[in-house]
Order: sequence, then C-alpha cells, then structure tokens
Amino acid sequence: MTGKSPETLSVIVEREISYPPEKIWRALTQPHLIAEWLMQNDFKPEPGHQFNMSGDWGAVDCQVLEVEPNKVLAYTWAAFGLESVVTWTLTPTSGGTHLRMEQSGFAPGQQQFYQGAKASWPQFFDKMEQVLAGHV
Amino acid sequence: MPQSSDVLFKTLADPTRRAIFERLCRDGDQTVSALTAKAGVSQPAVSKHLRVLKEAGLVLDRHAGRQTHYSAQLKALTPLADWTHQMAGFWEGRLDGLENLLKRMDQ
Repeated sequence: MTGKSPETLSVIVEREISYPPEKIWRALTQPHLIAEWLMQNDFKPEPGHQFNMSGDWGAVDCQVLEVEPNKVLAYTWAAFGLESVVTWTLTPTSGGTHLRMEQSGFAPGQQQFYQGAKASWPQFFDKMEQVLAGHV
Repeated sequence: MPQSSDVLFKTLADPTRRAIFERLCRDGDQTVSALTAKAGVSQPAVSKHLRVLKEAGLVLDRHAGRQTHYSAQLKALTPLADWTHQMAGFWEGRLDGLENLLKRMDQ
C-alpha cells in the first residue's frame, strides 16, 4: 500500500467496485458529486484547469493533468507544502470496475511537473529515511 | 490530517533551511559559524533559519561558552515519515464515502 521505492512517496489504494467505469467516472469528475465523498471543489475535467478542494482541516491546490474519460484522471495535489500527483485509473472487470488511486511524490517520470527547488524533495526523503533508519 | 506535518513541510520547504537541517543530521552538532561556512548565505540568515527550525522543534540549541551549538532533533521528523501511512488512511476513508455515494446515485 505504501512506498514503491525509497525516493518516491507513494500511496496506492485499490478497490473492486460493482459499478461500471462510466458511473464511477461521474463521481470522480462532477463537482457536486466529488463534494459528497471527497471535498468541496471547483473541479472541471479539463487539462490545465486549476482548482481547489477544501475540507474542515484545510485546503488543497490542484491542477488537472490528464483526462481520459472513464479510464484515467490525474491532478496535482498540493497540501502542507508538499506537492504530489493523484492518479485515478479505472479498469472494467466482469463484475464492474477495478479502481486504483495512486498518490505519489516525485517519481523520475514526473520531473516535468516539478522544477527547481521542488525537485529536491525525493533526495530529502531518501536522506531522511536513511537518517531515521540509522539513528532513531 | 495532522497539523504537525503542516509545520514540518513548511519549515523544510526552504532549500537553504533544509540543507542546514540535513547537515546537522549528517554531521552532528554544529556552531552557527561552522554552519555558515558551508551554507552559502550570511550568518544572520543562517541564524534566522536556525530560529525557524527551533520553533518547529527540529533543532535544539546548547550554549557552551561564547558558542551556541545546534543539534538536529530527529524525532521531530516522525510525522513526515508517517505521511504515506496517514494518506493511505485518508484515501481509504474517502473511498468508503465514494462507494456509499455510488450506491445512492442513479445509473
């Protein structure tokens, strides 16, 4: 469920859901539906669209990266000073849909999203893990 | 989601400050002047970064004669190490909500 490699912060949550991808897609992309299970938002399914999500604990700044209807939805997720990317993948199955959510930090393939200082996060977490492993 | 992570992420988001903290983690206790020699910024700037790190609980200062020695407080990092665990819990909870919503939605 966590950590693919030491330099990447990654969270993966997967579910088998007994509804077709089209229905889940609506829940993932229509603002009033997103608000019911995730947070209040001004989402639009358009690459480049910047939006916010807000909950009782704070706000998240997001930007749409990828929209492939009923298949893939990806957006940046910046909260608490850490940027990450949330990617939803919907795969049809005989009984409905395999839904996969991955939230990841700075994987090598995503460097184009993270210029400058932000790119130093993976080294930092890498070092931090070494530090924690050795000293705590 | 924990507020302690918020403070830590903000404190360590600055590359110069993060470098100072990493140096303390790697090399052990340091004085301000020793840190300044490697930081690439002025001593007042280093002192300011150390103050912010101290407020976040990431460093401790210890006075010895005329010198102040700073040391990294590694336990303060625990909330960051727990990030993936916390986010996994967050998303599991949200997906429960998503499944409930799907049950209530029209086809």
